[in-house]
Amino acid sequence: MNGLFAEHVTVRYGRRTVLDDLTVGPFPTGRVSALLGPNGSGKSTLLRAMAGLGEATGRVMLGPDELSRMSLAQRTRRCLYLPQTLPATVHLQVLESLLAAQNATGVMPDVTGGDEIDAALHMLDIFGIADLAMRYMDELSGGQRQLVGLAQALGRHPDALLLDEPLSALDLHHQFAVMDVLRRETERRNIVTVMVLHDLNIAVRMTDYDVILRNGKIIASGSPRTVITPDTLRQTYDIVARVETCSRGLPHIMVDGLS
Amino acid sequence: MRVPDDDTVTASHAISPDLSDFARQVRGSYRMLLRRRLGILAVIAGCIVASVVLDFCLGPSGLSVGALIRTLLHPHDVSAGQSVIVWQIRLPYALMAVCVGAALGLAGAEMQTVLANPLASPFTLGVSAAAAFGASLAIILQWRLPGVPDAWVVSADAFVFAIGSVLLLDMVSRRRNAGTGTVVLFGIALVFAFHALVSLLQFVANEDALQDLVFWTMGSLTRATWPKLGLLAAACVVVAPLSFRAAWKLTVLRMGEERAASLGVDVPQVRRGALLRVSILSALAVSFVGTIGFVGLVAPHIARRLLGEDHRFYLPGSMFVGALVMSLSSVAARNIMPGVVIPTGIVTALVGIPFFLAIVLRRQGLS
Ligand SMILES: Nc1ncnc2c1ncn2[C@@H]1O[C@H](COP(=O)(O)OP(=O)(O)OP(=O)(O)O)[C@@H](O)[C@H]1O
Ligand SMILES: [Mg+2]
Repeated sequence: MNGLFAEHVTVRYGRRTVLDDLTVGPFPTGRVSALLGPNGSGKSTLLRAMAGLGEATGRVMLGPDELSRMSLAQRTRRCLYLPQTLPATVHLQVLESLLAAQNATGVMPDVTGGDEIDAALHMLDIFGIADLAMRYMDELSGGQRQLVGLAQALGRHPDALLLDEPLSALDLHHQFAVMDVLRRETERRNIVTVMVLHDLNIAVRMTDYDVILRNGKIIASGSPRTVITPDTLRQTYDIVARVETCSRGLPHIMVDGLS
Repeated sequence: MRVPDDDTVTASHAISPDLSDFARQVRGSYRMLLRRRLGILAVIAGCIVASVVLDFCLGPSGLSVGALIRTLLHPHDVSAGQSVIVWQIRLPYALMAVCVGAALGLAGAEMQTVLANPLASPFTLGVSAAAAFGASLAIILQWRLPGVPDAWVVSADAFVFAIGSVLLLDMVSRRRNAGTGTVVLFGIALVFAFHALVSLLQFVANEDALQDLVFWTMGSLTRATWPKLGLLAAACVVVAPLSFRAAWKLTVLRMGEERAASLGVDVPQVRRGALLRVSILSALAVSFVGTIGFVGLVAPHIARRLLGEDHRFYLPGSMFVGALVMSLSSVAARNIMPGVVIPTGIVTALVGIPFFLAIVLRRQGLS
C-alpha cells in the first residue's frame, strides 16, 4: 500500500482511552493532508502515535515498511513529528539549532561539513528566513521560531512529515507562504505530509486529503470537498456553516453561528 | 540573492537562485564563532593556570616564590618542613580547587539541561544537604561504614548520602508522567528534609562535634589529600568524555523535551545517563570538601552567556568556569585575612555572587 497508514491504534493516558482502535489513512504520498477537529479531539495524540512518541498500540505502515517495528531513532528518521509547541527560547543561534536537529541521532547520511551548513541555510531560505541564521533563538518572535521549527523538520528529510498546527503563530502572508512551500516540497520529494489545521479555508483550498476527528473517532475522511460539508461541520464543531463558491469558483466556508 | 537587511521575515516563494554568496558569508561567521568560542575556552584555561600558580604562591607560610618552585622541581634538596608545605598542603589545595570546581560546574550544567531548570544544581537539589547529613552522622554519631579507614569516614558517609539523593532524584524522574518540574520540587523537598535532619543532629550533638560539623558544612579545601584529589580527578577524566559524547543530544533537549523526542532522542535514557554522571561528580566533590555547592549553580550560567548553549562548548565551558571560580575563591580564602584560611564555601558564594548577579541582571536588561 502507498502512503502512511495506521491500523488499530489505541492510546491511553493513564486510565483514559483517547484513541480506541482507530484505523486511518492511507495519507497519500506527494500530497498534503489535513487533520481537522475540535480542541481535545485527539489530533496531536494521533500524530504522536504515528510518529512513535508515547505509548501506543497498533500498526503504522509507511508504504511497505512497518514503522511500528523500528527503533525510535530509525523511526524518527523516516517519520518526523513537529510538536504543537513552538521551539523553546534557548541561547542558540538559528543555524546551530538546525545543525543540532540534524545531528541529534548521529550525522545524517551524505551531508557533512560545509555541506551541512549549506543544507541548513537552504532550508532557512525556503522559508524566507535565511537572514535569521546567525540570530539567537531567544531573540526571535514566536512566528519566527515556528518557521525555524519547520526548517528543522524539513531539513531532516523524512519520508513522512507530521506537522502539529504549523501555522498557529504565523501571519496571513506566512500561512500562505508556508503552505506553498509544503505543497511544493511534498510533491518534489514525494513524501507524505499531514498537518493539523484549524483554518478550514486553508484546508479546503490547499490540501488534498482531509480527515476529521472528534472525540477520537473519525467523522469523515477523503477529498476536502467531500469531507468539509455543512453536515460534517455541524457534527464536528457544532456550528452552522455554509460552503459557498467565491467569485473565482473556489470553495469558501462561511460560518453563520453556533448550532 | 535577497539581502538580509532587517529583522522582518521576508518570504520567498521561489527557492532563491543564488545563495552561495550569502552562504559563504554565513559559513565564515559561523567558523569565526566557533573559533571565538575556542578562544574563550583557551582564555579561561589560561586564567585557570594563572590562578593555580597564584594560589600556589600566595599564602601565609613565608616562603618565597623561588623557594616554592625549587621545592616543586627538586623536592629532595630542601628541608622536610618546606617540602611538606609544598607537596602536602599547597599543591593539593590548589589542584583540588580546580577539580572540585570542574566537577561541580559540569554537574550543574548537565543538571540544568536535563531538568530544564535554571535553578538546578547539586546545591539547590539536595546533593549538598544530603552530603552534610552523611557527614553529620559520621561526626556526631560516629556512624561509619564497615571497612572505611579513619581518614575517609566523613567523606565516605557524605558520599553515600549524596549519591543516594541523586539516585532518588533519578528514581522520581523515571516515573512515568514525572515532568522535570516534579523532579525539581522533589529535590527542593530533599534539601529541606536533610537540613532538618542535620539540625536535629546538631541539637543533640556535644560542643566539639558541633563545631566540627559546622566547620565541615562551611566547606573547605583544607581537607584535600592526594588520594582524594586523585579519585576526583579520575572521576572527572572518566565522566567528562561521556558527557561530551552526549553533547548534541543535550543541545537538542534544550529545545524542548517533546521536540527532542521527535528528533529521535531517547529522552529518558539521556536524562538517566546525565543524572548518573552528575551523581558521581557532585557526590565526590561535595563529600571531599564539604558544602561548596554554589559553583554548580553559577558556572553554567556564566558559561551559557559566554559560549551559548551548543553543548560541545557549553559543557567544557561550564567545567572551566567552575574550576576558575573555585580556584579564585581558594586564592581569596587564604589571602583576605592574613593568617586565616576562611572556609572556601563562604568565599565561593561571596566571590560568585557578584559574577552571578552581573550576568543575570545584564541579561534581564537586554531582554
Ligand atoms: N499528557 C496527557 N495526559 C492526559 N490526558 C491527555 C494528555 N494529553 C492529552 N490528553 C487528553 O487527550 C485528549 C486528546 O488530546 P490531544 O492533545 O490529542 O487533542 P488535540 O486534538 O490535539 O487538541 P488541540 O486542538 O487543542 O491541540 C484530550 O481530551 C486531552 O485532555
Ligand atoms: Mg493538539
